[in-house]
This record gives sequence, C-alpha cells and structure tokens, in this order.
Amino acid sequence: MLSRTADSLYWVSRYVERAEYLARILDATSRLTNLPSAYGGAGPEWQSAVSTAGCEDEFAAAYGEANERNVCEFLTFHPDNPSSIRNCLAQARSNARAVRTALTSEMWDALNGAWLELQRFEKKRMDREEFARFLDWVKNVSLVFDGSAYRTMLRDDGYWFSRLGVYIERADNTARILDVKYHVLLPANEQVGGSLDYFQWTTVLREVSALTAYHWVYREAVKPILIADLLILNRRMPRSLAACYESISRFLDALGDAYGRQGPAQRHARKTLATLNNTRIESIFQHGLHEFIEDFIVDNSGLSNTIFEQYLQ
Amino acid sequence: MVAFDEMTGSGSELRPAYDALDRWLKEAPPETLALRRSQAELFFRRIGITFAVYGDEESTERLIPFDIIPRVLTKPEWTRLEKGLRQRVTALNMFLADVYGPKECLKAGIIPPDLVYRNACYQLEMVDFQVPHGVYCHIAGIDVVRVDADTFYVLEDNARTPSGVSYMMENREVMLRLFPELFATHRVAPVDNYPDQLLATLRSVAPRSAPSDPTICLLTPGQYNSAFYEHSFLADKLGVELVEGSDLLVRDDVVYMRTTQGPKRVDVIYRRIDDDFIDPLVFRSDSVLGVPGLIGAYKAGNVTLANAVGTGVADDKAVYSYMPEIVKFFTGEEPILKNVPTWRCREPQDNAYVLDNLEKLVVKEVNGSGGYGMLVGPHADKAQIESFRRKLKASPEGFIAQPTLALSTCPTFVASGVAPRHVDLRPYVLSGANGISCVPGGLTRVALKEGSLVVNSSQGGGTKDTWVLDA
Repeated sequence: MLSRTADSLYWVSRYVERAEYLARILDATSRLTNLPSAYGGAGPEWQSAVSTAGCEDEFAAAYGEANERNVCEFLTFHPDNPSSIRNCLAQARSNARAVRTALTSEMWDALNGAWLELQRFEKKRMDREEFARFLDWVKNVSLVFDGSAYRTMLRDDGYWFSRLGVYIERADNTARILDVKYHVLLPANEQVGGSLDYFQWTTVLREVSALTAYHWVYREAVKPILIADLLILNRRMPRSLAACYESISRFLDALGDAYGRQGPAQRHARKTLATLNNTRIESIFQHGLHEFIEDFIVDNSGLSNTIFEQYLQ
Repeated sequence: MVAFDEMTGSGSELRPAYDALDRWLKEAPPETLALRRSQAELFFRRIGITFAVYGDEESTERLIPFDIIPRVLTKPEWTRLEKGLRQRVTALNMFLADVYGPKECLKAGIIPPDLVYRNACYQLEMVDFQVPHGVYCHIAGIDVVRVDADTFYVLEDNARTPSGVSYMMENREVMLRLFPELFATHRVAPVDNYPDQLLATLRSVAPRSAPSDPTICLLTPGQYNSAFYEHSFLADKLGVELVEGSDLLVRDDVVYMRTTQGPKRVDVIYRRIDDDFIDPLVFRSDSVLGVPGLIGAYKAGNVTLANAVGTGVADDKAVYSYMPEIVKFFTGEEPILKNVPTWRCREPQDNAYVLDNLEKLVVKEVNGSGGYGMLVGPHADKAQIESFRRKLKASPEGFIAQPTLALSTCPTFVASGVAPRHVDLRPYVLSGANGISCVPGGLTRVALKEGSLVVNSSQGGGTKDTWVLDA
C-alpha cells in the first residue's frame, strides 16, 4: 500500500474521532455550566473546555474571554481553529477524497454526506436546542463512519492503519480530559470528593460516555481515584488508555505479521501496554497523576511519530 | 441554418433507431422525467463525481449536468465511425514515430517543417528515442461532430491526456439504474469493459525487461485537479495505485513508489500530468507535481509512460489541418473521417479571408483546449470580434478558423421540456502493442443553452449516455 494512502487513512480516522471528542466536550460542558454555581456551574468550565480541546493559544489569539458563545463558536465552526469540528470533518473528507479508492463506498458516503450536511448547519444561527441536535449529529457521523469501517473494510493493512488512527487519537483525548480536569477544575484548597467535585467528575465520565459503565464496574459513588482507574487502567472500558493500547498493539502486530517485519512502533506499543497492565492506580496517585498523564501524552505522540517514520513517509 | 437532428433527421421523419425512445418520451409524463433527472443528480453528487472549474472561486467542485435522454447510434453508423477512428489513430501514432524518428513526412513535404520543429509541444528529448513497443498515443479521444445522416467530421484529436471516459461509464451506470425498462427494449452495446481494455493496453506496453505481471500506476496531479474524480475512478476500476508525484522516486534510473513496505518498482505509468510538469529536472523546474528523474528512467527504457512524452505535436490545431494528408501518407488509404474545412491563419491568403469573415467563423487558438480562447463568430458581439481581430493580426500563426458547423442536435430535457440541443461525440481509442481497441460509443457532450455550439463542460455543457444499438 502507498505510504500516502496509509497516512491518509490514519488521519481520516483521527480527524473523525477528534470531531466526536469535541462534540462530547461541548455537550458535557454545557451541561455542567447549566448547574447553579453551588454545584460547580458558572466556574471556569468554558476555559477548561478550550484547554481540553488543546487549542488554548489559538483561542486566546481569536478571542479574549472564554464564554459559552465564544467557545462554542471556536470549537465548532471557527475558520482559524485548525481543530474545529468543521475543520476536522473538512480534513477528514479531504484526506478521504485523496484516497477515495482505499475507502469503501459506505465510508466515503458517511464522510461526503456529513460534509454536505455540515454546510447546512454552518449557514444558520442555532439556538440551544438546535445546537444540541448539531452535537448529536456530529457524534452520529462518527458512529456511522466507524461502523462503516468496521463492517465493510477488508481486514488488511488499510483497515489496520485506519484503526491505529482511531486509537491513538482516542488515547490522546482521554488523557487530555484527565489532565485538564485535575488542574483547571480542582481549586487548590478543595478536598477531592467534595460536593462541588461530584458534578465535575461526572462531567468527565459523560465526556467519555462512561457514567453508566462506572456504576456497573465499581458499584460505588463517584470517586476520583476510581474514575482514574476506569479511564486509565480498566481494559473493559473502551476509551481507557489500557484498552486503546491493547488495540494499538494488536493492530501493529497484525501489520508486523503481514509485512513479515517488526519495528520500533511494535516495540514502543508493547512497552506502553506492559506499563499500563502492570501498574496499580494507587501507585499512579502516589507518584502524581499529573506527571503520569503528561508523560503518557508525550509517549503517545511519540508512538504516532514512530508509526509515521516506520510506515507513512 | 437548420441542423441535422439525431432523432428526426431534417425534422419531418423519425429515424428508426429512435423509434422506441420516441414512444417512451411521448408516454412518460414530464414529472417523471424531472424526478428521474433529480435522482440522477443526487446519484452523481453522492458518489462525488464532480469537476473543478478553474477560475471559479465560488465552488471548487461542481457537477457536470447530465441529460437523461440518450443519444443513439445504429450499429452500421458506429461500425463506419470505428473504422475511421482506427485509421486516424494509426496515422497519429505513425506520424509521431516519424517526426521523432526518420521525418519522412517532412521530407515528402506533407507538412511544413516549422509546424513541427517550432511547435511548443515538440519535445527534443524524444528525438531518436525508441518508445516501448513503438506506441506513442495509447489513449486518444477523438472529438467528432455530425452534420448530416452520413457525414461525421473530426473536430479535434486529443492525443495528450484526454479526459471524460469516467462520465461515459457513470452515465451508463446511472441510466441502467434509472431506466431499466429502456434497456429491456433496446439492445445497447455495453461500455463497462473499458477498464479491462485499458489495463490490457497498459500491460502490453510494459518495458521488455519488466516482469510478466508488470506494476502499473496512475499518476495524478492531485485532488485539486479538475479531473481528479476520473483519476481515482479509473485507478479503482483498473485496480492500480493512484499516485501523486511525491509518491514516486527515481533511483539509478528506476522508478519506485513509496509504500508501507518500502520502495516498490513501477513498470508502467498511466500519467494524467502534462509533459511540462512531469519532471522538474527536464521540463518546468518549478513543478512540484512531477517526479525528478522520471524522464531519465523513461529514456533508460526502465518505465513506460502512457501517453508518451511529446504527443501534443500531433493534436495541435495547426497540425490538425494537415491530418487528411497525414492519414493518406502513412496508411496509403483515403481518410474515412473528414476534417472540418480549416483556414490556417499562418497563411496570408487564409488569414485575409478569416479577417473579412470573422462574424461567420469559429476561430480557435492553435494551443487552446477546453473551449477557452475561442471565438464563435455568429454568437459574438462586436467587442469580442474586434478583440479577436487584434489578436489575429498580432500573431496569425497562433490561430486557425473553421466554418460554423451545424452540429447535429439531439432531443434533450431542458427547462421548457424536450428540445433539440447541439451535441458532439468523443470516442476513446486505445492503442497497445497488440493493436487498437475502442468501446462502442463514447462520451456525448451537449450544449445545454439553446442554439449554443460550445459543448465543453467548463462552458456550461452537459453530457448524455451514448448508445450503440446492437441490432
């Protein structure tokens, strides 16, 4: 397979995954800000949404204040934000168009249809209800695309590169949510587990649609250490770092087997997976969750670079 | 000027090939036609069959309008046309081999040498170079127009990188989906074997050193090119990689593509990039679309380019005017397909006539294409005519002129209902090491504006499905 084709497949998936992630952040943030301030609303949530999306500098350059209108506009349709939902879907479609023949027609339909539909949303001023519908629509686009890929793609290198894009992006997104929530939302003197936190932590779970899963897994009230356990180490939770790396490692091994050659990417993924499998959440908290997450984000983007060097250039 | 109509001839008869179609048109309520047309448009938009119009900021991707009423040719009409096309393309290939080789036709005075030597498309790189299997123009698109029941003229030869064949195939696909009942009552010759024929053609011209299963790829300028849809469509149907210049590299005069498993050797390149952009080391050095070193690999005999470099010298509009003589010289036969009578503005007498009759003539730039840079006298206003008069006086050698032909018309579904519109036809002719092939029909282009003679998609033209009836 052409390196450029593999590269585009990888990025199509990453962009679709990222668009969905942005929709989830916006959805969860509006929910949180609608709460009375005693329950954690009306705080720095919109600023934190920008941080979670990883575009603080671009946002600061475009707007001063982080309020609902500015942030929603910036994360959805703003042309100067390379990672707005609009630009993610545009990039996904543009990459897809360049490698049309490597996608199944169902995948192309999902992206091309989304792109045509998007222009309709972009043109009108949306009220809250319409905006909520728009966010649902974005999540749905990702579901349809993902489902099409899963159901229709031949299980060969094209599929594996496309899946790698999904899981590298998803691991990055989950890690960013954890990173930001610890540092922006938690006031320095507030005890973890106070009533204020409850709604902020449930917001985290909503952002990764894991609130129900949490209750099924732990059968306990929402606690930060268990949330961290669920999102970092629990392999049954499809957005956890461990689950993402299980998939990444599996798809890299499939590539290695098909090509008859293992390389630095396989070794890197296996090492990260081993760390996640052999660590307990208590020891992560002991050594500092923040440091752990920061290291993970760097390590994950390091793997992305390694995959690029090994296969995509 | 009353044009010949494909369905009704001079207007009073019903030509037999259109019998059933005429009945169907009379029975089908206009709402049904309108509904089918919007379904067709939806189909084309969903599959993303779009083209880009250069200089059109508004929309970078547009649909070519599709007309649901097919254009029909009878088997005998097609058989004669095909014979003429084979003859013409044979002559084009022989002409190219000659002007880059022994130059017999120049020595015999068939064509003025400066038309060849001073032609911007004549590539010195190609002189005395033996192209693989002697084939230059592997894929040709010959534009023909019809003026009466028996006469087809060649309007233009496209010997570089002719496009539109994906529309030929997709038009048929959409017709089969929307009007299955019409295909039950007509025995229409299929066109969907075109990719197989193209693949066989490309395989047949692989360098002799290549393995028996040569690696073929399709080289595109990328997704911002107006024909990108077609490039990806063809690559898919051929089952070959669609590559951009940056996907290829040349090492020791061998071409490779960059794959996830390392470099892979390439034997045949169906290139849809113009000569000028194909290799920055030899042609335009500012080109980022091409592949540095590609021409070196080509001349070392390690890769086949289809079409060959330098074929543009054969489809130049000034050279065109000599095609009847060229056909006769190389094939020893009378040309089966006529040329449109052409005034060569480079010749003072001709130019004087053209300048006196601008309002009656069609004037074309020798190197223009796509309907850009052309004057249709009867439809032009005074200012346009005067501006062309100045251009003609300044550089007469850059132009040719032809009478305004009464291109045949074909019933077309337009806003006011079914009405005649002018059409042309572009059949695609493939030349490989084992001979020539040509799928029945081709792409019919239709000028949707009433009375308009310009069928180019960039100028508001549309397309139709083209049927060759088997019985």
